[in-house]
Amino acid sequence: MKKTYLLEDAIISPLGFTTEENIEAIIQLRSALRFHENKRFPSQGYYAGIIDADHLNSVFSEMASPNNFTKLEQMMLLAVKQVLDKNLQLDLSKTALIISTTKGNINLLNEASNFPKERVLLHHLANIIKDFFGFGMKPMVISNACISGGLAVAVAKRFIGLGNFEHAIVVAGDLVSEFVVSGFQSFQAISNAPCKPFSMNRKGISLGEAAGAVLVSSKSDKDPGNIQILSEASANDANHISGPSRTGEGLFLSIQQALKEANVHAGQIDYLSAHGTATSFNDEMEAIAFGRANLLDSPVNSFKGYYGHTLGASALIETILTKHSLLNNELYMSLNFDELGVSQKINIIKQFEKRPLNLALKTASGFGGCNLAMLLKKEDHE
Amino acid sequence: MSRESVYITDFVSLKNNQIKHQQKLLYKADSFLELKSFLKESYKVIGLNYPKFHKMDDLCKLGLLASEVILKEKELKTDTAIVLSNASSSLQTDYKHQNSLQQHVSPAVFVYTLPNIILGEISIKYSLKSENVFFIEETFNAKLLNDYAQVLLQSGKASSVVCGWINLINDEYDVFLCLISRKGEIPLSVENLEQLYLFENE
Amino acid sequence: MNDLHTELKLSIIEQLNLEEFSVEDIDNNDPLFGDGLGLDSIDALELIVLLEKDYGIKLTDPDQGKEIFSSINQMASFIEAHRTK
Repeated sequence: MKKTYLLEDAIISPLGFTTEENIEAIIQLRSALRFHENKRFPSQGYYAGIIDADHLNSVFSEMASPNNFTKLEQMMLLAVKQVLDKNLQLDLSKTALIISTTKGNINLLNEASNFPKERVLLHHLANIIKDFFGFGMKPMVISNACISGGLAVAVAKRFIGLGNFEHAIVVAGDLVSEFVVSGFQSFQAISNAPCKPFSMNRKGISLGEAAGAVLVSSKSDKDPGNIQILSEASANDANHISGPSRTGEGLFLSIQQALKEANVHAGQIDYLSAHGTATSFNDEMEAIAFGRANLLDSPVNSFKGYYGHTLGASALIETILTKHSLLNNELYMSLNFDELGVSQKINIIKQFEKRPLNLALKTASGFGGCNLAMLLKKEDHE
Repeated sequence: MSRESVYITDFVSLKNNQIKHQQKLLYKADSFLELKSFLKESYKVIGLNYPKFHKMDDLCKLGLLASEVILKEKELKTDTAIVLSNASSSLQTDYKHQNSLQQHVSPAVFVYTLPNIILGEISIKYSLKSENVFFIEETFNAKLLNDYAQVLLQSGKASSVVCGWINLINDEYDVFLCLISRKGEIPLSVENLEQLYLFENE
Repeated sequence: MNDLHTELKLSIIEQLNLEEFSVEDIDNNDPLFGDGLGLDSIDALELIVLLEKDYGIKLTDPDQGKEIFSSINQMASFIEAHRTK
C-alpha cells in the first residue's frame, strides 16, 4: 500500500485565518469562547467560538464577492484557497475533493436570506467548492457526526493507498447555528461556562465554528519533516445512538486496530490528541478507552477549550494541529483544565512544552456511536 | 482479497409502497399508503420484533426494515462494515426539529438530525462494531459504493459490507441496500450495482 | 387509579413511542428505567420536556430526574407538588 502524507493545511477559526495564527493563539492560551446571548438558556446565554461575519466578509472579498456565498462556504473556500495557493503545481483535474460537515448550511432553513433553500443540501455545497476552483472529479461528501473531518482524511488515505487517486483536498466545516444550539441545549449538554475537558468541574460542551483544509497526498514534499498518516481505523460502539459506550468499546477497538495496522505499541506514542468534549459521559468514556489501550502515560490534550466543539470540523482541525505539534516538537496545553475529573489517571498536558515528538495518535467520537483513531508519524530522512 | 471473489450476496429495495427482495415482490400495498402506514405494515410483513424501532425517525425505520430483509438469519462477522449514502441527509427530520425551535425542542427528534444515526441503529441491532461511513451524493452513485467497498475489503478493514442508498424527503423514499461478501453469484461491479438499483426501481 | 396517573401513562406511551405498551401494562410502582419500561437517557430528556410542556415544571438539574422518574407514583406526586399548569 502506498504511503500517504498530510501536506499543506489551513484553519479558519475565530482564533485566526491561517494555521500559523491559530497555533500562535494556542501558544498564547487564547480561547475563542465568548458569551453569546440567547433566551433559551436559564443563564440568558451560552459560551461559543463564533467567527465575526464582518471580518470574514472583508477577508473573503479579496477572493470573491461575499454576497454570493454563505458564511460556511466562505470559510471553506478560504481554507481550500490557501492550500491550493501553496500548491500551484497540483493538477485539479486529477485531485479528489472530499467535503466533511455535519449540518452544512443548515442555518439557511431559518434565516431570511438571499440564498435558495437548495443550498442546504450537502452535495450542493460540495459542488460550489468544486466549481469555484475547477476540480475535475466529482466531489465526495462525508457526514458522519463529530468524526466527519477525521474520517474524511481516513477515506482519502484509503483511496490513495489503493491507487484510486494520488492527491485529495479534504475540507471540513461547521457553524454554530440556532439549530444545533437548541438541540444540544435540549440534551442539557451545553456548559454554563467555557467548557473544561476532562476536568472535575466540567459541565458540558461549548460549541464552536471553524473550517479546515488539508492536502492529502501519496507524494511527500519535504525531506525530512513529512507527516505520514501511518494508519487509521474506525469502529462503532453498537451500544447507543447518543450515549457514549460505558466501556469505550468502539474507541478502544479503533485504537487497537490503528496500532495493529501500523505495527506499533501504545508506549511508542509521544502525544495523544483526544476528542475531549467536556461532557461528563464522553470524557469518562475516552479515559476508559485510553486506559484499556495502555495510553495513560501519553501526554494528552483536548483543543475544545480553545475552539469549543466545532462538530464535523473538529477532527480535521485537530488532526492539522496534531500534525504541527509533531513538526514543531510542541505539546499544547489542554486549556481550562482544573482537576482530573475522570476515573483513569490520564496524563493531561498542563503547560506548553517543547520536546522531541515523532508519533501521535488522534482520536474522535460522535453521535451514532462512531469512533476514529489515526496515527501520525514524522518521517526522518528517507 | 482479489476482486473476482467478491459478490453482491443479497439485496433489497423499498420504494413506491413496495418491498422487493432479490427482485421478487415481498410486499406491495393494496392501495397507496402514507409513509407512516407503509412503515407499520412493512414492520409486520418483515416480522421485525424490535421495540426500539418505534422510537426511530422515518429514515432509520426504512434502514432497519431494509437491513432486516437482507441480514436476518445470516451469520454476520462483527467486521461487517456499513456504507450508506443519500441525497437529502437527514433533512426530513431536520425540518421537524427546525419547526419546533419556537416551542419545545425534543431531544428524541434532535438526535436523528444526523444521517449517520442509521449506521448506529443498524450497528446496535446486528451487533456490528465495525467501519461505518455515510456519504452524501446527488444521485445513487454505484461507482462510489463499489470503489469504497473494494477499498474496505482489499485493505482487510472489513470481511463484508452492507452498502446502499437510503433517501427520504417529503415522505418520498428510495431505499436500495445490499450485502457484499465472498458468497454469492452476482460479482460486485459498478455495472451490476447500477443494474440492480435500476431494476429495483422499475 | 386517579386521572393524573392515567394521563401520565398515556402521554409517556405517546411521547416516547412505546407502541408495545398500553396503560394497563404500566404499574404505578414499576421502575420506568432499566428493567421496567426499558427507557434510556434520551427518554429521560424527553420526560423533562414533557414536565415543562404539560405541567409548567422546569427541571434545572438533570440529576433531579433520576428520583422523579423512578416510577409513575413518584412522577405524579412531584407534579402535584410543583405543577404551575
